[in-house]
Amino acid sequence: MMKEIIGLQQQTDIIQARKIGREMAKTLGFGSADQTRLATAISEITRNAIQYGRGGHCAISGYSDRNERKISISVEDRGPGIPDIDKAMEDGYTTGHGLGAGLPGARRLMHEFHIESGSGGTKVVMGMKQKNF
Amino acid sequence: MKVPILKLGDILLTSIQEDLTDQDAVDFQNDALCKVRTSEVMGLVVDITALDVVDSFMARVINETANMVRLLGAEVVVCGMQPSVALTLIEMGRELLGVETALNLELGVEKLRSLIEKRQS
Repeated sequence: MMKEIIGLQQQTDIIQARKIGREMAKTLGFGSADQTRLATAISEITRNAIQYGRGGHCAISGYSDRNERKISISVEDRGPGIPDIDKAMEDGYTTGHGLGAGLPGARRLMHEFHIESGSGGTKVVMGMKQKNF
Repeated sequence: MKVPILKLGDILLTSIQEDLTDQDAVDFQNDALCKVRTSEVMGLVVDITALDVVDSFMARVINETANMVRLLGAEVVVCGMQPSVALTLIEMGRELLGVETALNLELGVEKLRSLIEKRQS
């Protein structure tokens, strides 16, 4: 089991988080396309946490055993929360100045994607796994 | 991180060599526009070979920069996109719409020259 936690305060933390995610995916044996999918999804979600969520942290954990390899990302922020999650998951919906592509884009890149949001902040948990042969 | 933008005859060449923060990307956009204007070139090649992540923000900046430069009256070609980056962008539903692309720098310069010719004729 591998685990890394990255604090999310400033823009450089986005780059740091996706680098660590890519490294871990590589170590676990994910191919370069999956490494890029994962790094991109981390980039989208951590940016949201910094831009709209007043910062927070990103936990990246992974393992590889006889059956499978898996990498999980959990991003929590301390923001005001997302009032309408269904809307936020739609392409092109944005309350900020983005494209509204971050959340739906990240969901398409990952195998698992959960989001919960309340007045205390937003939490996104996403994962990617593969069978080991 | 400042991205160097080099003048080569009547075009500008730039290669993004490392991960840019959002602010770096916006600064690059400004620099590219100003440099096109002040050096009075006909086009700009943006090499992104070294970028291993192009997320929706970066895609938007690249797309916007290309459209802005065209508004000024010059052409843009983006070259060297990594296969896994192309794959990820399409899966996300984000294409670099409307941007001219080329496989590598050499072909990028070639393509830019032909776009410039077309614009002038």
